Amino acid sequence: MSNILALAHKEVKSAFSTPIAYVVIGFFALLWGWFFWVSLIYFNQQSLQFAGPEGGGANINQQLIRPLFLNASVILLFVLPLITMRTYSEEKRSGTIELLLTSPLTDFQIIMGKFLGAMVLYAAMLLVTMIHMALLFSYGNPEWRPVVTGYLGLLLMGGCFVSVGLLISSLTKNQIVSGMVTFAVFLLLWVINWPASFSGPTTQSVLNYLSITEHFDDFTKGILDTKHLIYYFSVISFGLFLTARSVDTERWKG
Amino acid sequence: MIEVQHLTKRYGPVTAVNDVSFTVERGEILGFLGPNGAGKTTTMRVLTGYMPPSEGKAIVAGYDVLEQPIEAKRRTGYLPETPPLYPDMTVREYLTFVAKIKGVPRKESKSRIDEMMKKTRIDDVAHRHCGKLSKGYRQRVGLAQAMLHNPDVLILDEPTAGLDPKQIIETRQLIKGLAGDHTIILSTHILPEVSQTCQRVVIINKGKVVAVDTPDNLTARLRGSETMYLQVDAQGADAGAVLQRVAGVTRVAVADTKQQIVGFEIDSETGHDVRRELAAAVVGRGWGLLEMRPMRMSLEEIFLHVTTEDVAAQPAVAEASHE
Repeated sequence: MSNILALAHKEVKSAFSTPIAYVVIGFFALLWGWFFWVSLIYFNQQSLQFAGPEGGGANINQQLIRPLFLNASVILLFVLPLITMRTYSEEKRSGTIELLLTSPLTDFQIIMGKFLGAMVLYAAMLLVTMIHMALLFSYGNPEWRPVVTGYLGLLLMGGCFVSVGLLISSLTKNQIVSGMVTFAVFLLLWVINWPASFSGPTTQSVLNYLSITEHFDDFTKGILDTKHLIYYFSVISFGLFLTARSVDTERWKG
Repeated sequence: MIEVQHLTKRYGPVTAVNDVSFTVERGEILGFLGPNGAGKTTTMRVLTGYMPPSEGKAIVAGYDVLEQPIEAKRRTGYLPETPPLYPDMTVREYLTFVAKIKGVPRKESKSRIDEMMKKTRIDDVAHRHCGKLSKGYRQRVGLAQAMLHNPDVLILDEPTAGLDPKQIIETRQLIKGLAGDHTIILSTHILPEVSQTCQRVVIINKGKVVAVDTPDNLTARLRGSETMYLQVDAQGADAGAVLQRVAGVTRVAVADTKQQIVGFEIDSETGHDVRRELAAAVVGRGWGLLEMRPMRMSLEEIFLHVTTEDVAAQPAVAEASHE
């Protein structure tokens, strides 16, 4: 465990001692802030329209927070490849992978260290959004439950992206290739259920099941369904498992 | 301490290391010599557990690198060809990280790092970023990294590459000083390095071991017979004929002539020291004995000899030349 933490610490530290962490978090904050502002204006207008004589108005959870979470998932699509693309590729290119692979560490520890490191960076990114949530809680009265499950969903979905990103990064020593392929795969996982509306019932349910964002939807509604938890945990473990295989294969190939 | 048995490593159709076997005793420094692409790095990578062998096995500090990799790696320090540094860490941060993943106890970590930085003379760059270091410093940080957890076995891939002459001497002394406590394998293609630092040499070429011996024995073995170089001022007399008659001398050849001064190459029977007789023969006739020295085959020549394929036809001695 201490090895995993040491590796994760190294990952986070290296991200923060280069511009990467600041650029990624900064631009995420910018995009999220923009989405927040636009949604807030829109929500205000709707509130005024819906408000009757005895109060009421738009539901802040349904009309504001949920769309925000869904928008966040789109930003992740662009931002997370930037975090994962260097994890393995950079170590391979600079030869530091030789240090890791000849140290008394198991492949599992190395992979978990990298996964954890990327997740911490991602969590730091999500931390920025807490400011906006705090604003909503201080001026409005949203339900906290869908907010908590929403964040949990974001973390899990991000976990899937990170584990797939790690896998792709472990396959190449070129960061650009790694980043581009990761982005394409994320996008595909996102839009994979688009043909669902015009395909047969079996294909439809398969495609919907495969889509990473489809599973996220329930989280934003405040629903914690084991179906989705199992899906996300399976994707994360499968991604990490394949990464382990990829690292091992690389080793045998030399 | 290190046992390599019938090690073979293939990259697809290419066989990089072919049936290599050798052992290294505790406290010994073994030189791993070979032209570029001979399979030195591959062998070292197998020994450090970086990659598994295709066939055969390697036992380091009593642990099979394939069966018990963690135990073997705990006892191995490795300096790869390019020092594995993280450019955005300072030297101290880097060594602290390495200490953690190599399992140096937290309490000893700081003193260990200080000690290693002193030993490798990098304490003056402790707070510089690794990416900004010169090649010489990088190499030495790499060396500090390899020794940090006080491993039984040190595997150094070209430890003096990229250093300036002063640093090379310092590094060699450092490595020599480590022998005894540590078992060391170092690879190089610089020959004097081997004769100066190593007790034993493995010469490898095209993935195969072509010779294993001490530097002195290798030199002697390939010499076959003893050869002397003699420079005589015979004032025009036929010194060659006189020298030929000295007991034990098997061959006399003129190597060079400068007016009256003639240089001879003289072969004698192995084990038969003919220096006194040669000197007496020259001086007794009133000639000037200007120079007499044994001619050894340098390691360079041995190296060329064993790594060049069609040398079997030519006797080793014929290749010996003036040093």
